[in-house]
Amino acid sequence: MVASATSAGPGTTSPDPGAPTRFDAAWRPRLESLLASGSAAGADLVELFLERTDHLGVLAEQDTITSVSPAFGMGAGIRVFRGERDGFVSTNDLSDAGLRRALEQALGMLGLQLPSLAGTGLTTGFEGLADLRDFAAAKEEWLRRCPELREATGRLLEGTGLLERHGSHLQVRRGSYARDWQEVLVAASDGTFGRDIRLHQSVGLNVLAADGEHRSSVGRRYGTSGRPDDLREWNADGSAQEVCESAGTMLYADYVEAGQLPVVLANRFGGVIFHEACGHLLETTQVERGTTPFAGKVGEAIAHGAVTAIDEGLSDGAFGSLSMDDEGMEPQRTVLIENGVLQRFLSDRAGERRTGHARTGSGRRQGHTFAAASRMRNTYIAAGPHTPDELIASVDRGLYCKAMGGGSVGPTGQFNFAVEEGYLIENGQLTKPVKGATLIGEAKEVMPRISMCANDLELAAGFCGSVSGSIFVTVGQPHIKVDSITVGGR
Amino acid sequence: MTSTVTATPGVSQGLDAQALRASLERLAASAGIRQWDLGAACSTDTSVQVDRGEAKQMKGAQRSSITIRVWNDDGLVGVTSTSDLSEAGLEKALAGARDASAFGNADDTPQFSPLATAPLQELHQPLQDPQGILRLLDTLKAAEAELLGRHGAIATVPYNGLAERSSERLYLNSAGASRQQRLSTASVYLYARAEETGRKPRSAGAVRLAYGAADLDIAGCIDEAAQRTISHLDYAPIATGRYTCVFSPEAFLDLIGAFSSLFNARAVLDGVSLSNRESIGQPLAVPFLSIHDNGLHPGNIGASAFDGEGTPTRRLALVEGGVLQNFLHSEATARAFGVVPTGHAGLGAKVSVGPDWFEIGPTPGSGGGQQGLDRFRAPEPIVWIDSLSALHAGVKASQGSFSLPFDGWLVQGGETRSIEAATVAGDIRTLLNAIVGFEGEAKVTPDGLCPHVWVEGLSVTGDT
Repeated sequence: MVASATSAGPGTTSPDPGAPTRFDAAWRPRLESLLASGSAAGADLVELFLERTDHLGVLAEQDTITSVSPAFGMGAGIRVFRGERDGFVSTNDLSDAGLRRALEQALGMLGLQLPSLAGTGLTTGFEGLADLRDFAAAKEEWLRRCPELREATGRLLEGTGLLERHGSHLQVRRGSYARDWQEVLVAASDGTFGRDIRLHQSVGLNVLAADGEHRSSVGRRYGTSGRPDDLREWNADGSAQEVCESAGTMLYADYVEAGQLPVVLANRFGGVIFHEACGHLLETTQVERGTTPFAGKVGEAIAHGAVTAIDEGLSDGAFGSLSMDDEGMEPQRTVLIENGVLQRFLSDRAGERRTGHARTGSGRRQGHTFAAASRMRNTYIAAGPHTPDELIASVDRGLYCKAMGGGSVGPTGQFNFAVEEGYLIENGQLTKPVKGATLIGEAKEVMPRISMCANDLELAAGFCGSVSGSIFVTVGQPHIKVDSITVGGR
Repeated sequence: MTSTVTATPGVSQGLDAQALRASLERLAASAGIRQWDLGAACSTDTSVQVDRGEAKQMKGAQRSSITIRVWNDDGLVGVTSTSDLSEAGLEKALAGARDASAFGNADDTPQFSPLATAPLQELHQPLQDPQGILRLLDTLKAAEAELLGRHGAIATVPYNGLAERSSERLYLNSAGASRQQRLSTASVYLYARAEETGRKPRSAGAVRLAYGAADLDIAGCIDEAAQRTISHLDYAPIATGRYTCVFSPEAFLDLIGAFSSLFNARAVLDGVSLSNRESIGQPLAVPFLSIHDNGLHPGNIGASAFDGEGTPTRRLALVEGGVLQNFLHSEATARAFGVVPTGHAGLGAKVSVGPDWFEIGPTPGSGGGQQGLDRFRAPEPIVWIDSLSALHAGVKASQGSFSLPFDGWLVQGGETRSIEAATVAGDIRTLLNAIVGFEGEAKVTPDGLCPHVWVEGLSVTGDT
């Protein structure tokens, strides 16, 4: 019998009275009971993901705080595998009854039933959880050490004030701050038992400059993980100068002329090209769907020999860094492409089961309402031997993309991303600013055209939305040159 | 412990408005809070995905959420949200909102909507019992098989899903307003991927919504997904240049939605809209264009009877005869403009404003632009834009510019051929004044009602 998720009975949204609310080893008996039951029901693997969150969002406009938005929550995601199939149920109800009901529903999706609770001596194959790997032990104070509201609002107002000082023709000045704290506990019937605390903070500045019919809107966002003092240490003046300089330059920029052009992409957020053009296609999620042209290409050249690309979760303080992934595995440094040759894919539990690619500590999800999937962490093209000037000097007529906007990739591998701040390259020199460019292409065609990499690798924080929700990532690269790409414009 | 979530057999875990109000009144009184309101929602979702005849993933979710606003003794507003609807969760949220109110914006303080107790229009939204996950799975497997069988080049349907949802939302405030709405909905989407030897893979799909899985037009979804995917198999690059473009209803609605700050009073007050306070009554588009927002249209599956502040949803003229008529409002923006709220608000310390569901077409009595438009009989090459991509990145709403990848066809001499890869770029105000006319009947889509829209002189960048 299958229990429909809609047949849930009355529930509350907090644990049983007296049950542990802190995620620690005290949860072991409850979790082991669930895992044993799921295993006894015939599941190959049962995974429990428990989560508590605490979010703060603050918005400053001009010289006023206009929104303070705190939010907190908790919940669990239960995933059951049988062969290559899986069932996943999420709930806000962390009571024993609520978790058991969710497990029953997940099992039911695979045609499995919970054994009787009265049964003893169940044959489960589950040998109990390993000792808790507590990555959170040194992070208990992180939330308390973050800026209080008064300090946070003060820093933001300082930022919008600096925009006023450095900018001209500014019609709108905005500063925003987001603090996301998350405590997770992961337990699985293979013995995995891990706890972690994550802290992500980001601060952004945006302006809209206007002069008659001329308008430019520019924004920058800076983010770190695991650094409670991040907002205190934020270089508000440098950020404001960067934003205002860009807005001023782009205010009177002409629209870019469309065509096939060589482009030089700046470092930091320029890395969005690799993220969209290739990174997503190296997730086993795409192998499972049959939507990557690179399946079965390990050991083959898929990019220019100048390209080495890495995804890792280890860089200190980077937005995509983790102590453990959302499946309880420690992250790795995964070389995806070395000198143009495909080395491996990013894989999670489901990817390993369905594609055979070993896990890489890349199982990630936005929260308990999503099943984990293979996702990028800190992803970048490695530094090369050239200077940025050498790349620009090698182009007779092309486009220099100094700042990039967002992008996306579709099911056929066609990607796109927007250029926020661009300049024409004429005879090896940067000339006039241009706006309105969108770059489009296909991974298989563009990767071999990345012919030069500079020596100035830098990373930038970003958000990536995909099958398992919106997650914190880092993109990065040195300056790179793409020999030819379609530049959409007017 | 007081539970504010109760079982509602056959529908979902329900919200107990009376229990919630009693809890809030007691907690607010003990905290010395005299004015508050809240929005709450809960839902139960079930969904399946398949991959070449096998279940790929089956998901279930029970969700609850609540947002509480409080006004402090200085009249400033604070807000907090939580998924914890227990008494302890409500108490913590109330305390959080009170703390946040110390940072409330004295220059822009929301109040209760004067329409929060006004009568609501009755919506015909039949509640349907869920089918259960195994029936969903069987239905989707059959749909996938049918789609795979439509053409030899369709090898997979990499993005697919069939889902049903039971949900409930409510709005309460300390002045006695009480709104509650229950809803059941279902959706199916099928995006196929096709590839012919030596050619690039192509993809297209379709979506359908209904009040229950049994009512979903799955056959229509399969037909549309197959037809669109197959139509893109034979493709060619397009030369860069200026073209007359025909937007599909879905594509034009997407574009107008991306530039909806034109009609958004919040965006006007914030200075990020292309419109300003004086724009009402001014020409915005060709004199035969009408745009209404009508969340109550029967085609709007899942329509809300009231907005985040409890204001009734209603039909609102935004553009008539090409002239801007009204802005979308919350309580606070309506007060700033001296009008009544329009039912387009969220709930927050700074209340967001957004559109519900557009109706776009010719203004009655205006002639509607050029008549008899038929892209298959046009003398010049026509770019038929089927769908736009990457609106989040390629639209600069505050500047008015867009540069967007699209899927579509070049129609030339009655022949239609898919375009390999291209972008369309322009300025929204220029586009609205370059509309030539409409083709065919208006079509109901998930985002609104719209016919095909002809626009001349748009810049298209191709892969040649």
